[in-house]
Amino acid sequence: MITFTVNGKQASADVPGDTPLLWVLRDTLGMTGTKFGCGAQLCGACTVHLDGQPVRSCGTPVSAAAGKKVTTIEGVAASAAGKKVQAAWAALDVPQCGYCQSGQIMSATALLTAKPKPTDADIDSAMAGNICRCGTYPRIRAAIHKAAGSKEA
Amino acid sequence: MSQLKNPSRRTFLKSGAAVGGGLVIGVSLPGMFNNAFAAADSSAINAWVRIGSDNSITILCARSEMGQGVVMALPTLVAEELEVDLNKVKVEFAPPGEVYINSMLGGQLTGGSTSVRDAWEKLRIAGAQARMMLVAAAAQEWGVDTAKCTARNGMVSGPKGKMAKYGQLAEAASKLPVPKDVVLKDPSKFRYVGKPLKRMDTAGKITGKTEFGIDVKLPGMLYASLAQCPVIGGKVVSFDAAKAKGMPGVKHVVQITDGVAVVADSWWQAKQARDAIDVKWDEGPNKALNSESVSAGLATAMSQPGAQIKQQGNVAEAMKTAAKTVQATYEMPFLSHSPLEPMNFTADVRKDSALLIGSIQFQQLAMGMASAITGLKPEQITIKTTFLGGGFGRRIDCDYMAQAVEISKTVGAPVKLVWTREDDMTHDFYRPISLTQMSGGLDASGKPVALSFKMSSPSVTARLFPPLVKDGVDPLMTEAILVPYDIPNQSVATVIHDTGLRVGYMRSVSHALNVFANESFIDEMAAAAGKDPYEYRLALLDKQPRFKNVLQLAAEKAGWGKPLPSGRARGIGLMEGYDTYMAQVAEVSVVDGAVKVHRVVVAVDLGRMVNPNIVEQQLESNIVFGLTALLYGDITLKDGRVQQSNFHEYKLLRMPECPKIEMHIVKSTEKPGGIGEPGMALLSPTVANAVFALTGKRLRKMPFRLA
Repeated sequence: MITFTVNGKQASADVPGDTPLLWVLRDTLGMTGTKFGCGAQLCGACTVHLDGQPVRSCGTPVSAAAGKKVTTIEGVAASAAGKKVQAAWAALDVPQCGYCQSGQIMSATALLTAKPKPTDADIDSAMAGNICRCGTYPRIRAAIHKAAGSKEA
Repeated sequence: MSQLKNPSRRTFLKSGAAVGGGLVIGVSLPGMFNNAFAAADSSAINAWVRIGSDNSITILCARSEMGQGVVMALPTLVAEELEVDLNKVKVEFAPPGEVYINSMLGGQLTGGSTSVRDAWEKLRIAGAQARMMLVAAAAQEWGVDTAKCTARNGMVSGPKGKMAKYGQLAEAASKLPVPKDVVLKDPSKFRYVGKPLKRMDTAGKITGKTEFGIDVKLPGMLYASLAQCPVIGGKVVSFDAAKAKGMPGVKHVVQITDGVAVVADSWWQAKQARDAIDVKWDEGPNKALNSESVSAGLATAMSQPGAQIKQQGNVAEAMKTAAKTVQATYEMPFLSHSPLEPMNFTADVRKDSALLIGSIQFQQLAMGMASAITGLKPEQITIKTTFLGGGFGRRIDCDYMAQAVEISKTVGAPVKLVWTREDDMTHDFYRPISLTQMSGGLDASGKPVALSFKMSSPSVTARLFPPLVKDGVDPLMTEAILVPYDIPNQSVATVIHDTGLRVGYMRSVSHALNVFANESFIDEMAAAAGKDPYEYRLALLDKQPRFKNVLQLAAEKAGWGKPLPSGRARGIGLMEGYDTYMAQVAEVSVVDGAVKVHRVVVAVDLGRMVNPNIVEQQLESNIVFGLTALLYGDITLKDGRVQQSNFHEYKLLRMPECPKIEMHIVKSTEKPGGIGEPGMALLSPTVANAVFALTGKRLRKMPFRLA
């Protein structure tokens, strides 16, 4: 039995320790906001925070989360940065199909937590791991600037 | 996919669709909507509008939402005439039904950028009819003339201050005859249509609450992972599942048509056990297929006469007397759709009923498939469409749905089948590869006098809707194949050549193939004439005002002809697709030997719009999709296997590579055009033309490689 915290609540899973955190969240805990895109840490759709750091949950064994704090899209609004990011996403109508957006929001929130006034280069490097097949990148960039109160170059 | 030329209504229905191994299905759909789909305490006024006694308004959306915004745009059309507060409307995806057939495509199908064009009048009429029935119900109740009653904001008002909310009138209204004479609002009175409203599906998508196919959960549901032959079309010879059967959580290991499925308590368990199965495959007729032989086959097919799409004047004669001639060959690769949500589907097949839920683009085909596999009648089958995590044409096909249905039927339990990304990339229905030979003749002044176009490419329609291919012409292979330019002698021909690899419709379909060749070649002719590529095009467009207008607009907004920093250049392109006219100007440089696109200016005339906010989303989306294709898109084959397995080998554009995109939309009162697809097709020639202007090197093969 592996225990950890998800969005402030105790959670436990009776699964082998090498099970990816993604599938524990989705299938064991029934939290489907975190998405499966590639299973190889290439697309970022499964991004969650582990003790505040963005990680790809498809490549994170659940054992690595033992005793730690996991934050997912369902709980990201609990932080000031997360709330701002979601508000900016809504104001600019960022999503299209929406499938990648949980991961995009988790990465953007981690960026703004670490760097409240990111430059375009900061955005490029923090968001490069998150693929959007629909191509919402221009609006994602604008929304991060909006959430940060900064201007696009 | 484009509108089929001269479609008889329900062309697809009559002709039937082919599934899997040639099985032909011409499935009919339930002919009548009814209250079966209405929740308790609500009434269906018609197929599109349901009103609850609590005054809740539900509008049904009969097209699949895969990012393109139909879940917002289509209900907007209904709400406009229904006179309800759009912000308070609930939207549900429609079940399969005759009434929901897309009259431009002839099936209940989302594709071809047809959703708004098909719905533009139909849904406003449906909204108006529902409103008139509510008004009539009020008038009847009050014993007054309907002319004395007006509807606004979900309420009918009558003489002497009489008022009734829609909820109070819904049941009576649902029993009234459907009005025949409907007068639609003058567009100047639109409250919602044409306004850049925010999408109603955004809230769910930024909180993780939106349900995609992959998120479906049924009581008692098991999870499945399927081993398919690495060579598409191969079959199971035998398999050893001894080890897999002993693994934790594994409930069943079953063979189905397409492979061996493991069914377990969780998907991860199913996937682990699937990897432990040793399957012996008969790799079938495609086991020796490779990219070199495919290309050689296309080139050989070029020697066939093919089907003549256009013959005007005498190209051969004109070429003989031309002052100058130009020849070029263009090559496009196979592409994978790769929506970010991998193929998955949930099915619960029982003795006398079946429930199918998931990401579906073609409900009618899904119904036909499920009926054929289960032996159940359509009325015993319930199909629910969720939100789609991208589609781009991939989810028109129903292979993954058929697999889930077969697995559920075999194991007798509700099952969710989820493909891995590797399954998805190696078992797609790929965008057709193509080879196009062009030649042109110029007179002494440089003006084009002859143009010849010949393409060889596989036909998707020949696989999916064979009866629609007539006299060797696939109408979905010839989109935008005719240039808008005034050129007196023209010959346009296509050769259908099956390479062996299965192909599918992908965003912009054959526009992408034909526009790349045509718009690159007109640029080559301009260069041969020593003329500016913008001016050269402009001079050939006197009979084409909408083309001319967007071309001029794009050039003006992009600063065409104005100096750029050293190391940068512009290219231009022009097209029509889906009744939408578009020009683009791209600004490029070369960085470390690779093409870098800095800025794209798009000018578009798509007629009337339902929602400019969504139009802009789609324009941006198309630039990113098109840039992915021209920089990276390449599916290759070796020993019958697709060589790309995941996003490290089949790259998709990422944030740092995204250019600045500037959009200029022409105010127009023409009928709406489609906007989900054309931009993607136009970007490749536009960028190739810019690279030529910068380097003098002509890129004729995608993806673009400078070395």
